[in-house]
Amino acid sequence: MTIETTAAGILALIAIMTAVTLLTRFGGVFIMSFVRINPRIESFINTMASSVLIAIIVPMAVSGDAGALAALVVTAVTMLALRKPLPAIAAGIAAAGVVRYLA
Amino acid sequence: MSVASYSYQLQPAKVRAEFFRLLPISLFVVAFGAAFGLAATQKGLQPLQAILMSTTVFAGASQFAAVDMWGSDVSILPLMAVVFAINSRHLLMGASLYPMLKDLSPGKRYGLLLLLTDANWAISAQEYQSGRRNLEVILGGGLVLWLAWIVGTWLGVYFGGLLQDPKSLGLDMVLGCFLLAMALGGKKSPRVLVAWTVAALASLAAWKWLPPNTHVVVGALAGGAIGFFWLEHKPDAAESEVEGEGERP
Repeated sequence: MTIETTAAGILALIAIMTAVTLLTRFGGVFIMSFVRINPRIESFINTMASSVLIAIIVPMAVSGDAGALAALVVTAVTMLALRKPLPAIAAGIAAAGVVRYLA
Repeated sequence: MSVASYSYQLQPAKVRAEFFRLLPISLFVVAFGAAFGLAATQKGLQPLQAILMSTTVFAGASQFAAVDMWGSDVSILPLMAVVFAINSRHLLMGASLYPMLKDLSPGKRYGLLLLLTDANWAISAQEYQSGRRNLEVILGGGLVLWLAWIVGTWLGVYFGGLLQDPKSLGLDMVLGCFLLAMALGGKKSPRVLVAWTVAALASLAAWKWLPPNTHVVVGALAGGAIGFFWLEHKPDAAESEVEGEGERP
């Protein structure tokens, strides 16, 4: 099944993408509304939440170039040292730029 | 379910404050949006179509992947599968906010979710770990991120040449660095560190051996499983009104 990328076709494709994305935005909350929240579920939710971050970042670091790795390492070190997000993020981005410039 | 009395009041002043708090990071989102606008026009989308897509879809990674699949025609099911897989992390992100969202009326609850994206979610989830309830950042922060994404796309489709290579400036790492800073700023306990290790290993395994774009959900669920089986003995604060039986260690 394909849609031609005519003007109308593109509108249809955008509508499909919007619908699928909306499903992901609403779906988790909708399902949770049938789940009784007890301490075990709460514990699952909280651990899962920060694990989302790790599961995004680690493959990014492993599959990325030296610049990506430098960005994440510098962000981590700065964040642990200063405990302030904005300087940590800025340092990380700068590190990626510098490493890629030198590479 | 509890009888409808929705206790969470969104404070307009705080919504405004969160809008401005995420303004700096939104400037980077503008750069991303510009990169997307450029990519979209190069694949043959008209400027207004690219801007419409950013306005209604508002999920950068999946939009890049979608225009990568663009041609004279597009297969529907693969497109849906890719968009769903990349955005399936929203399912978990939304679920993790449910303890707060349940205190909003359904209209507001699902209205807020329209603006749910990585950066504002990361802040809200992290503050929730430290015992603060902040849904205002989803609304105010989400609004500024959404506007930045639209403005960026608009800039990209018309003035794409200005930012040929966002990677050379490290701009592709903004979100990664942001999310990492959020993770490290949160509460760390042995339980959390074990969960992170499991999440890291599971996501890497999924990234290597499972279909593309499943690694976030796999890693997050694996980390969550640690929380499910390993309960923290917390000196319960007042605000977490635990309903029902719930086994306590």
